[in-house]
Amino acid sequence: MKEYQIIVLAKQVPDTRNVGKNAMKADGTVNRSVLPAIFNPEDLHALEQAIRIKDEFPKSTITILTMGPVRAAEILREGLYRGADAGILLTDRAFAGSDTLATSYALSCAIKKIGNYDIIICGRQAIDGDTAQVGPQVAEKLGIPQITYAEEIISLTDDKIQVKRRLEHGVEVLEGTFPILITVNNSAPHCRPRHAKRLMKYKHTSTLSESQDKSEDYLVTSMGNQYIIKEWGVNDIECDREQLGLGGSPTKVKKVENIVFQAKESLKLEDNDEDINELMKELITSHIIG
Amino acid sequence: MNNVTVYCELDEGKIADVSFELLTKGRSLANQLNCKLEAILIGHNLKGYEKMLFPYGVDTLFIADDKRLDPYATLPHTSILVTLFNEEKPQIALMGATTIGRDLGPRVSSALKSGLTADCTELEIGDHEVTRDKKVYKDLLFQIRPAFGGNIIATIINPDCRPQMATVREGVMKKAIFNPLHKGKIVDLDVSKYVDETAFVVKLIERHVEESKVDIKNATVVVAGGFGVGSVENFGLLYELAALIGGEVGASRAAIDAGYVGHERQIGQTGITVRPKLYIACGISGQIQHLSGMLDSSIIISINNDPNAPINKIANYVIQGKVDTVIPKMIKYYKENTK
Repeated sequence: MKEYQIIVLAKQVPDTRNVGKNAMKADGTVNRSVLPAIFNPEDLHALEQAIRIKDEFPKSTITILTMGPVRAAEILREGLYRGADAGILLTDRAFAGSDTLATSYALSCAIKKIGNYDIIICGRQAIDGDTAQVGPQVAEKLGIPQITYAEEIISLTDDKIQVKRRLEHGVEVLEGTFPILITVNNSAPHCRPRHAKRLMKYKHTSTLSESQDKSEDYLVTSMGNQYIIKEWGVNDIECDREQLGLGGSPTKVKKVENIVFQAKESLKLEDNDEDINELMKELITSHIIG
Repeated sequence: MNNVTVYCELDEGKIADVSFELLTKGRSLANQLNCKLEAILIGHNLKGYEKMLFPYGVDTLFIADDKRLDPYATLPHTSILVTLFNEEKPQIALMGATTIGRDLGPRVSSALKSGLTADCTELEIGDHEVTRDKKVYKDLLFQIRPAFGGNIIATIINPDCRPQMATVREGVMKKAIFNPLHKGKIVDLDVSKYVDETAFVVKLIERHVEESKVDIKNATVVVAGGFGVGSVENFGLLYELAALIGGEVGASRAAIDAGYVGHERQIGQTGITVRPKLYIACGISGQIQHLSGMLDSSIIISINNDPNAPINKIANYVIQGKVDTVIPKMIKYYKENTK
């Protein structure tokens, strides 16, 4: 039976969906440090698609690849708990300040080092930027086709894959060849939860940097564990350093500001019958509604 | 060379609204930069389409007409744009932030090693000074967009790489005819020189086009709910009010993430931009990402139990209260006053 080598691209992101008052600094900027770091939601949808392939073709392997700081190993462990077989953390100061293009270059170099792959799956976009660019940019750098906005992998044969994708006004089924990159839409199924046995098996898995930070006792156990997550730096991948990080990013942030909207003279109303009756009357008589 | 280029998108044989909006913006940028406006149209049976495009001020229309280029497919369209951009070297390239533009744009930018900024809400021309190097970059494209989940506004530039690429959502820019009599020239591209046979490796198996059932963009009244609505049941009240007063139901991203409504109703920078006569914001706190999609509404009513919700600052009426008590009253008094 066919087996597929699958790479899932994932990102650890600040949970920008719930920026509460405590996350805003006095000057109105966002205090990132108080936001929880989470597994980018659409990347979890992508992981689910990978695990479904493995359900059907159990000899397949799933490798999660992420680029980020050392703490991003958290999402690799999360991936292992849910069904991935291996994790690779791409981490180095040289990657800092990357825009989408520099990120996709670094990821594509890491993927080339992994070497053997049939399907790369990632979320359509990450919630901290919403650009939806890294997936297609990686596909272009690898010179492979892409299917974006995927909702479901319909069928897999030895040399073909059929994927249903969501358009603005409908759906489309595309058939591609391997290797291929697929970006998964937010309308795709949610990822299954952690598996208890996998959690037990992988909970002490750590990267080399994490192991070094821990107490010596802990170091022994984790070094003895065969499931250490791989950690790659810039020296571990073959790449042109000019194309990495801030220097390799064609887009620069010129400025960031807190927008101040023109405040209106608003009329304050109470939640009582009289105020709301008056409001509805006014809207009707001024022909705004009705 | 060195012009402003717009990729014109075809949706079932029709030029997408967002393309006309970008041509309108592109024309004004070209005027400021004193260069030409170019358009690229890729598809099949494209004779006569220039009549729709020239009035928007297109000086040069590049056409790639081939049966295999319709409907849109990633690799062939990428190949045409990459080859053409290498020949023409535009300084700015714009496309819609649609399923097509967001599939195509990053691919092209990756091939050209050029920067791309997604979902811009404003595009301006300006100079950029690097004090450290005492270097001034003249006439750059300032690509302005909310960032970080819509909590801040960022201005992005591409100082060194060309083209400066940006995508913009439909409805964000205004569309306006430049001159009904404006005539440009047509350049028919020899498709075989721009696309290799191998680019047709992904095949379309089937496609159902379903007209969207919700039309929030053109609604005169929008009743929008946020996380503060609290439940799917409470959202039912919004539907009831909207149906009664002839409006559509929209939502903030937080409400969609919470699963209260489908993503086709999302209003904001990464959703739909609306300009209704009346916008009723229910339990919406008002992140910039949301406000940028509804700011131009004529009348804004905010219903929120937090008197300090940011959206209240831009609202004409602020009702302090809970959505599930205020809306039933609005329904009741609307009915009483229209009897």
